[in-house]
Amino acid sequence: MPAATSALHLVLTGDPALYTIVRLSLLVSLSAVLLAAGIGVPLGALLALTRFRGRTGAIVLLNALMGLPPVVVGLVVFMFLSRSGPLGSWGLLFTPPAMVIAQTILVTPIIAALSRQTIEDLWVEYRDELTAMSIGPVRRVTTLIWDARISLLTALLAGFGRAAAEVGAIMIVGGNIEGFTRTMTTAIALETSKGDLPLAIGLGVVLMIIVLLINALAWGARRAGERIAG
Amino acid sequence: MRGPMSDLPLSLVDVTILAGEVAILNEVSVTFTGGAPTVLIGPNGAGKTTLLRAAMGLVPATRGRIAWGGRDDAPPDKRAIMFQRPVMLRRSVADNILYALRAANAPGETLQDRTQDLLTLVGLQHLARRPARRLSGGEQQRLALARALARAPTVLFLDEPTASLDPYATKTIEDLVRAIAKLGVKVVMSTHDLGQARRIGGDIVLMHRGRVVEHTPGAQFFDEPRTQEARKFMAGELLV
Repeated sequence: MPAATSALHLVLTGDPALYTIVRLSLLVSLSAVLLAAGIGVPLGALLALTRFRGRTGAIVLLNALMGLPPVVVGLVVFMFLSRSGPLGSWGLLFTPPAMVIAQTILVTPIIAALSRQTIEDLWVEYRDELTAMSIGPVRRVTTLIWDARISLLTALLAGFGRAAAEVGAIMIVGGNIEGFTRTMTTAIALETSKGDLPLAIGLGVVLMIIVLLINALAWGARRAGERIAG
Repeated sequence: MRGPMSDLPLSLVDVTILAGEVAILNEVSVTFTGGAPTVLIGPNGAGKTTLLRAAMGLVPATRGRIAWGGRDDAPPDKRAIMFQRPVMLRRSVADNILYALRAANAPGETLQDRTQDLLTLVGLQHLARRPARRLSGGEQQRLALARALARAPTVLFLDEPTASLDPYATKTIEDLVRAIAKLGVKVVMSTHDLGQARRIGGDIVLMHRGRVVEHTPGAQFFDEPRTQEARKFMAGELLV
């Protein structure tokens, strides 16, 4: 297993090329999840707590968008950001911000849909008490988001999993430029096709470790939250 | 505990509440005034919970009028309700009370003292930091009572506050209800327990099939019930 040995060497010796890729990947995916949380959680709360014509359709659409194909998102963002596109003047194509935009679009429906379900379930439970306490709409939303924070963390994790694992969208809008827009998933795809398995395996190992670590942290946070808040 | 405005007398006049075609309350007229607790009794489905919710202002009347202190648009600031299965917010015991105090716009500088006072009143001061959802059933009822009292109500509605509690927890709640009534809060509570109604009720409202069948002082109700339904109910016969 010479490839695996070389991969382990790259990981353990802190190979600069490998860790540059890891850093960028984390930066892009975490930024996308934070942005998506800022949009998705309030959107989920809005859908959970308001009644309007077409609400059911909106929920069905949101749930369907959880399965957005990354390459389609990449294509659409590419068309918007390309020189001839409506946002071409921003000069974002083939930059990390373009990758963040694409991943945010991919992740927002996941966070919004899971938040909607979580907040709606809690609202069913809290409705009588909060109504009896004359809690207004804004406080109602903040209360539900705060009390559902542990479950919402799971929604964010699901979003991070989607962002960290996808390759199609960021390949199209990032261009996989070495040292600039190359992430773990695009590098793994490229290095595998080139036959450079050590770097691909090394990145794969790091990616798995990151996913495991983040899930372990979230699990710890969930346990701590349950101990403190019940 | 009385505020400058009172919700008393609280009057329901010819109130009907429909759920679809079914009348949950059917032309109910009843008035609650200050003094000893009023106890609503009656079989399941008699309309006790709906009456309490309507009197709290949570359920609008389909027909008829509900007036609090003579006003049918009185804000619900001075009334509170404890549900049969109160929901504990996902936070500590003390934070549940703090939340209710803030919701009632209690002045910031009084929050800590009032939280302590309410915890002491319901005997939960030693559990202040415990997650509310980890309390026993009786403790949760007491916390819900403290949370309701955080609104400094003039009228407090209790929906079967001791259902599914053991005798010790039941006695604790009953003692609290008496203590709260002595503070000048009008308590209106529902129960299935005739013994409890006798122990607590200053006046008794017997409900059956969405109607008020009898509303009389407690002593009179138990010694000389006026209606056939009341006599049957106290004899343990089924009201169908």
